[in-house]
Amino acid sequence: MIWQIDFWLLVVLIIAALLALEVRDLLAAVAVLSAYSFLAALLFAQLGAIDVSFVEATLGAGVSGVLFVLALFCTRRRYEK
Amino acid sequence: MIERYENVIIDIVCSVMVPLIQLFALYVVVHGHYGPGGGFQGGVLFAVSIILLRLCLGKEASHKKFPPKLAAALAASGMLVYMLTGLAPMAAGGAFLDYGHLPIPGVSGAELRFLGITIVEWSIAFSVCGTMVLLFDVLAEGMR
Repeated sequence: MIWQIDFWLLVVLIIAALLALEVRDLLAAVAVLSAYSFLAALLFAQLGAIDVSFVEATLGAGVSGVLFVLALFCTRRRYEK
Repeated sequence: MIERYENVIIDIVCSVMVPLIQLFALYVVVHGHYGPGGGFQGGVLFAVSIILLRLCLGKEASHKKFPPKLAAALAASGMLVYMLTGLAPMAAGGAFLDYGHLPIPGVSGAELRFLGITIVEWSIAFSVCGTMVLLFDVLAEGMR
């Protein structure tokens, strides 16, 4: 448990979360969300919860990113009536 | 509709990564008793390798390697084996998922519990893997 690593991981995590909310391009938002999940996995591993971090890294950073991109491709680029 | 994208780098990286991911998935499932990991994570890892195949090979070739019907069958049969492993000890006079009462002749005690946990872990892995691939396939079908 090294508090500097915890602190900076948490800072970058919050920045990534805010960025995912603020960014306008949805594809970029999905990429930032995947980065957020991976940072959360690193934070869980640093806190000693290896099992939770494993699930977060595989599901959050891996599968959910792919599923979000697929759902995005089902939509149109611009709003049409 | 997912189509094959001709690129040497993507082909080589996928052909190296897919067997490694699958081997690591099997290791995670088998090692689930002793360390972090288990059926859920191993199943997700295996499903990720199949999704990588789907993304880099395209629809026709990857459906030949892992048909979508197999995914549905895996998900359903994994759930079935889990329920049977849970209900069999109840028929033999124990509680739900009470591995010590599994009616398997020839083994008893710790070995029987080990066997029960192994069966349950593998069935969870199959079920999760099938469900993840099925989710991907259903979403990819809806794409234009």
